[in-house]
Amino acid sequence: MRVALFLTCLVDAVVPAAGKATVELLERLGHEVDFPPGQTCCGQMHINTGYAAEAVGLVRRYVETFEPYEAVVAPSGSCVGSVRHQHAQVARNAGDPDLARRAEAVGAKTYELSELLVDVLGVTDVGASYPHRVTYHPTCHSLRLLRVGDKPLRLLRSVRGIDLVELPGAEECCGFGGTFAVKNADTSTAMLADKMRQVLNTRAEVCTAGDSSCLLHIGGGLSRLRTGVRTVHLAEILASREGVS
Amino acid sequence: MREREGWQRDRGETRAGRSALAPSGLSEERAQRTFLGLPRAVDIQHLHGAPFPEAARTAIADTQLRRNMGNATATIRAKRARVVGEVPDWPQLRAAGAAIKDFTLANLDTLLVELETQVTARGGTVHWARDAAEANRIVTDLVRATGADEVVKVKSMATQEIGLNEALEAAGIAAWETDLAELIVQLGHDTPSHILVPAIHRNRAEIREIFLREMGSVGLPAPADLTDSPPALADAARRHLRQKFLDARVAISGANFAVASTGTLAVVESEGNGRMCLTLPRTLITVMGIEKLVPTWDDLSVFLQLLPRSSTGERMNPYTSMWSGAVEGQEFHLVLLDNGRTAVLGDPSGRAALRCIRCSACLNVCPVYERTGGHAYGSIYPGPIGAVLSPQLTGVSENPTLPYASSLCGACYDACPVAIDIPTMLVHLRQQVDHPAAERAIMRAAAFAMGSPRRWAAALRASRAGRLLGRRRGRLSALPPPLSGWTSSRDLPLPPDESFRTWWTRTHGDAP
Repeated sequence: MRVALFLTCLVDAVVPAAGKATVELLERLGHEVDFPPGQTCCGQMHINTGYAAEAVGLVRRYVETFEPYEAVVAPSGSCVGSVRHQHAQVARNAGDPDLARRAEAVGAKTYELSELLVDVLGVTDVGASYPHRVTYHPTCHSLRLLRVGDKPLRLLRSVRGIDLVELPGAEECCGFGGTFAVKNADTSTAMLADKMRQVLNTRAEVCTAGDSSCLLHIGGGLSRLRTGVRTVHLAEILASREGVS
Repeated sequence: MREREGWQRDRGETRAGRSALAPSGLSEERAQRTFLGLPRAVDIQHLHGAPFPEAARTAIADTQLRRNMGNATATIRAKRARVVGEVPDWPQLRAAGAAIKDFTLANLDTLLVELETQVTARGGTVHWARDAAEANRIVTDLVRATGADEVVKVKSMATQEIGLNEALEAAGIAAWETDLAELIVQLGHDTPSHILVPAIHRNRAEIREIFLREMGSVGLPAPADLTDSPPALADAARRHLRQKFLDARVAISGANFAVASTGTLAVVESEGNGRMCLTLPRTLITVMGIEKLVPTWDDLSVFLQLLPRSSTGERMNPYTSMWSGAVEGQEFHLVLLDNGRTAVLGDPSGRAALRCIRCSACLNVCPVYERTGGHAYGSIYPGPIGAVLSPQLTGVSENPTLPYASSLCGACYDACPVAIDIPTMLVHLRQQVDHPAAERAIMRAAAFAMGSPRRWAAALRASRAGRLLGRRRGRLSALPPPLSGWTSSRDLPLPPDESFRTWWTRTHGDAP
């Protein structure tokens, strides 16, 4: 299958490893990955901060860039959530019903990584190997907006050598919330403190998730406190062949 | 926007008019108002407060509060999850609840008149209050007419919203809260921090101290040997309140529901203190938001299943009191309160907030509310529902920080028994906020950079200069405002040696 990669602005700017891993994983599974050069950002930050008018151009750019493709994958539940659940409404509110219709169509074929793997490509064992103690944080938009359910966990359970430990209070928000992390830094940090406590209690060496944004937040806190626990995107674990000769 | 300006003009006139007008000038004042826009709440002191981030900072630093809130919300969350999980048709009940409320809101004009007709036919008197001041004036006049100088109160959000206790006090009338938690709040000269359990921020040791210190000055004192065991505290409250019930000639209540077809009011409670108020005094005055209506008893049955499981986590609440009009020997007044509700109804993207049945399920599951408590919201409606309802009642300009008091995690929407999509509504309200100039400049610059792949690639290259800032430690741990909000508690990794785009070109060739 030919899949277009929507890298997302955050992965593009800060954590390209998640993007590289997504490409390597899909190519290893025998699929063709394209990186359409016209892409920038889905506009979620603008929409959720109250600047939907400024996001209309980004919605149009997304639609025009990815319209030609059969399927689009992004290593982010949150960005896919915005594409699928906000783009059409933003276009409608801007008085562009034609763009709204097109946005709905592109949204319907835009997938979060675990959705693409399990629902579209029909795989749960991607042949990965990752000999580490790992705990998984199901990010809010993957969980409650996309309803990915246990798809990421099914993928992780099939990874060779992994020591997967359940994260207590997993479904509780880590406190990132986009610009919430800056606008309400104290509340965000209080939520992060509880999430970190749960992560540390698992004695995992790696905390993983399907969103680089939440991982940047959790990982930023874990780094600040010198906990020695690192955050790794789900795609990187699924792409890993560590320990395989 | 024009409506809003019109209303602000109206507000100025009304305020000036009120101070100058004798009571006989009321009709003139009303006439002045009729042609101007949809009314918002005018007296908003109980619907807004300090900016949320500042109030939250103070609350978060309170370790006792954090502990009390964490324990209480975890307990009630588990109870709710258990009793909601055992109902096989919960999704259908929830959909029915949403549909009934939407139908009611779409037909509010005729259903309210039907309610008035039915209540009047059964010996009650219906009053229409446009805002808090009007409602307070109506209630104060009604109490004065009885000659009473004190009233007992059933727990009610509507009367808190309008500041009725304060208005009565100004008129020389003492209002005694009889709900146990409201009593704790009132005796503690405190404000409620939760819709259902307003003293959730207090633990039992604190409650014992309040009872010992305060009860004696307003009625029967607490026994000197009072302990902090729940039965002892409940017994002290029972004795203190019994005297109030027996003395009271007037009671004031809110309403959980009103059935239009028969003019029936309903109050749902746990303690039975509400029923004491509803039955013992000779005069009963009920203040009800106009959205509390349901068309028929069949509709009510849906909510009597949804509400207790969502709020207290009980299959059924201990006391459900219903009355239609006035019983013999009793006088009954119903005050229908707008106070901004028709303005909320006027917004297709915001009106679903009026479905709310005040169950508090959204508060109990909210990770923000759990950390900050209710006071940080500055409104008597805290938590996720408060963050969408308060700004709509007051106008977003009076409550610009509440729409941001959420990480948009979506737990509230899942828990809501009438399926109010609170996250989407928060995002909708954020569009109406008058943004700070610096933030607006940053967001516009970001949108401009992201508007073309060439500019975006250039911005990415520029950001890689950030590597120089934190080269020594391999991470960024201090950034200038507004990003200092991030680095106050979180490091930021340095942009890596090789960008994705460089890697893609190196491995796939077709340079973007």
